[in-house]
Amino acid sequence: MMNQDHVLHASQDDEMESLVLHDDNGNGNGNGNDSSGNIQQPSQSPKSPFNSFLDPPSYAEAIFTSFDSNGHDQTLEQSSRSGTGSGSGSESDCMQISVSDPQEEQELTNSLVPGGSSYHTYLITTRTGKSEVGVRRRFREVVTLSERLSEAYRGYVIPVRPEKSSVERKVMQKEEFVEQRRVALEKYLRKLVSHPVIGKSEELRLFLEVQGKLPLMRTTDVASRMLDGAVRLPRQLFGSESVAVDLNDVTQPARSGRDLLRIFKELKQSVTNDWGAAKPLVVEEDREFMDKKDKLMEFEQQLSNVSQQAESLVKFQQDMGETMGELGLAFVKLTKFESEEAEFESQRVRAADMRNVATAAVKASRLYRELNTQTIKHLDKLHEYLGTMLAINNAFSDRSSALLTVQTLSSELASLHSRIEKLEVAASRIFGGDKTRMRKIEELKEAVRVTESAKICADREYERIKENNRSELERIDKERQSDFQNMLRGFVVNQAGYAEKMAAVWEKLAEETSTYSSNNS
Amino acid sequence: MNSSRSSSGASLSPRSPSSSQPFLSVSVSDPVKLGNGVQAYISYRVITKTNFPEYQGPEKIVIRRYSDFVWLRDRLFEKYKGIFIPPIPEKSAVEKFRFSAEFIEMRRQALDVFVNRIASHHELRQSEDLRTFLQAEEETMERLRSHETGIFKKPSDLMQIFKDVQSKVSDVVLGKEKPVEESDAEYEKLKRYIFELENHLAEAQKHAYRLVKRHRELGQSLSDFGKAVKLLGASEGNALGKAFSELGMKSEILSVKLQKEAQELLMSFEEPLKDYVRAVQSIKATIAERANAFRRQCELAETMKLKEINLDKLMLIRSDKVAEAEREYHELKAESEQATKTFETIVKLMNEEIGRFQEQKTLDMGIAFHEFAKGQARLANGIADAWRSLLPKLEACSSSQ
Repeated sequence: MMNQDHVLHASQDDEMESLVLHDDNGNGNGNGNDSSGNIQQPSQSPKSPFNSFLDPPSYAEAIFTSFDSNGHDQTLEQSSRSGTGSGSGSESDCMQISVSDPQEEQELTNSLVPGGSSYHTYLITTRTGKSEVGVRRRFREVVTLSERLSEAYRGYVIPVRPEKSSVERKVMQKEEFVEQRRVALEKYLRKLVSHPVIGKSEELRLFLEVQGKLPLMRTTDVASRMLDGAVRLPRQLFGSESVAVDLNDVTQPARSGRDLLRIFKELKQSVTNDWGAAKPLVVEEDREFMDKKDKLMEFEQQLSNVSQQAESLVKFQQDMGETMGELGLAFVKLTKFESEEAEFESQRVRAADMRNVATAAVKASRLYRELNTQTIKHLDKLHEYLGTMLAINNAFSDRSSALLTVQTLSSELASLHSRIEKLEVAASRIFGGDKTRMRKIEELKEAVRVTESAKICADREYERIKENNRSELERIDKERQSDFQNMLRGFVVNQAGYAEKMAAVWEKLAEETSTYSSNNS
Repeated sequence: MNSSRSSSGASLSPRSPSSSQPFLSVSVSDPVKLGNGVQAYISYRVITKTNFPEYQGPEKIVIRRYSDFVWLRDRLFEKYKGIFIPPIPEKSAVEKFRFSAEFIEMRRQALDVFVNRIASHHELRQSEDLRTFLQAEEETMERLRSHETGIFKKPSDLMQIFKDVQSKVSDVVLGKEKPVEESDAEYEKLKRYIFELENHLAEAQKHAYRLVKRHRELGQSLSDFGKAVKLLGASEGNALGKAFSELGMKSEILSVKLQKEAQELLMSFEEPLKDYVRAVQSIKATIAERANAFRRQCELAETMKLKEINLDKLMLIRSDKVAEAEREYHELKAESEQATKTFETIVKLMNEEIGRFQEQKTLDMGIAFHEFAKGQARLANGIADAWRSLLPKLEACSSSQ
């Protein structure tokens, strides 16, 4: 919604507008000739008589210099987004991504039905310093990339990928949808690249540089994991398998394809936790975290509110501009009419007056439209941060699931220990020992050793994720402060600048009609 | 609503023309709501200051209501055919809007302009009905008002005349009907001009009204935006939070400015445009009167010819009905001459009026445009100042990071 650039309607209205604007020799407003709504060169001529009415510095000038022709705020780009490692941000470290040239390709299927479904691929170009690499990717591969990153970089605040949005796809025109997706992909990849850790990741590098389909990595082989889990389940249930577990696997969250037994256990654990039967491990730290989480939720709520109101504001600014334009056109028609039909000098005078009104109204209308285009770009930051909040929530759930793993292993250990204890007590009563029970105790002790190692891994992982959370929040907080400050400043400068320009337009009209003022009789 | 009847000076709106020596100056002020429920209405205080000998004294104050003004207009329309009678504001249909402060003030202003235009028109100011309106006791006015409604044309009747004239003129233009109309090319041009002008003006007025609405909407939106931003600032805390709060407060201030300007726009720009439309409609009514007068003149001329032929026939056969026929003929001749005179007066007056009308409208519109420009400039400068004043505070917030 806020991401779309404001599209102007080039219609015969523009013809009529040019009737009043072309003749204007005074404050030569170059914007009148361009109907695309892009910012032109600074149009306030230095000889304009109205500069003297404005306090220096006039923000009317400022707004035109802070944006390059792409409409990107250069100051924003340079406010060190290239991460902590790149120091002074040397040219060679800066990666520039662009997504372009969507092409339709046919799905290769083995089905006998001719004319299979089609999909689009996009050319992703990465420019680093002097070198340039381009690959073709389809959206499905982007989804895969985002899933891999989520698995590999738990605890980090990873930018959220564009949606699959099947509803929009059905409703929109194909070209429109493809263009929307192209823009979204570009934004997403740029965000990934500017993340201090993700931007340097191997997964991203492969995605951006390697031609052809991405190689499958171990962790993405969902099917085989499912098989593993299903095969192991019966043996685990009967307790006969010695649990030779890949420690790394332990620390991964239990997924639908993985260890089914583990899922059951963790589910049981989370239920236990919720019912408060088991004490949460580390209370104080959790509280600080919970406070922070609450605060962030509150912030998200307010942000969402402001974002909504901002959208309304933009809409009403747009309406104002449109109506002003229509008023101007009505006066253009009146001017034409009175000029053609004039029988009296008073009519000619009135026609001239109306022409001035029309000119002012049309100019003001264009200013409103420009103002709006800029406002959208500024306030879009709000929308962007709502996306960031989503990513933060994902990072938080990484933490929660890591904690759950730790707690599950803890209580697993606890139950193993108590079983051992019971067996030992029972075995000690039998004179000479109990062969079966002794064997069982040995097995359980082995299980305890494995589980303890696993728990050490899980603890480490949890700590790691907590630290990721913390450093990411710190980083984001700082960025947010500066982003929002820039946004506020940009928004205010914008509003002030355009208000000044509009004041100039109306002051001119007031001067042109000053003969009618009540001060003169 | 102001119920104190202090003798404040005449609050002449910018469009009321001043009258010359000898002078007749009128003001309409102090609207007061009287009566209850459905019967409720607004009464106005009308103050007349004059040195005309026909008037009772140098100053007179009376209480009048809207329908009294309507009566005056109807009487003038009847008596002064050919003259463009100044228009009065419409009767508002929307019930709940009827007593809003803005509506009452707008109507008061329009009525003030109406009476003053009459008072400064060289012919209309001599009107006896005007004198009655400005001086008669309330009971007299009430009697006149209720007495006359049956006889003279009501606004709904005028509406019908407009429609008839409109269809007849367009018929003539399209060549549909055999004209019992004038074949004056200049006049045809004028009629076409008037009808087209109304369309153009109505469109401009429509957009002006919408512009007022847009101001109100944008104002409301800024207020909502400001509130939301303030809440965000509160949850943010630190220096940035303060910056947000300041932004929110400025938004709310600007919201107020926009609402104020909306009202200004309504009164000094949209209303004059509406007034212009009404004036054009009044001219259309005069056009209808002229058409009636012309038709009457033609009819009488026709009838007279027939009577003449008949008379000659009777004289030839030396009938004893000759005397009566002769008498009838002479009566008819007098009537016909009167009708011709009426028609020619209308034509003469209209020719004078049209020039005066164009001049008046250029002046009225010029003032309206000037006020429009001033208002918009005032608003834009207010907005620029407000946002500019925020910038140093923003710098302060960022420097404390």
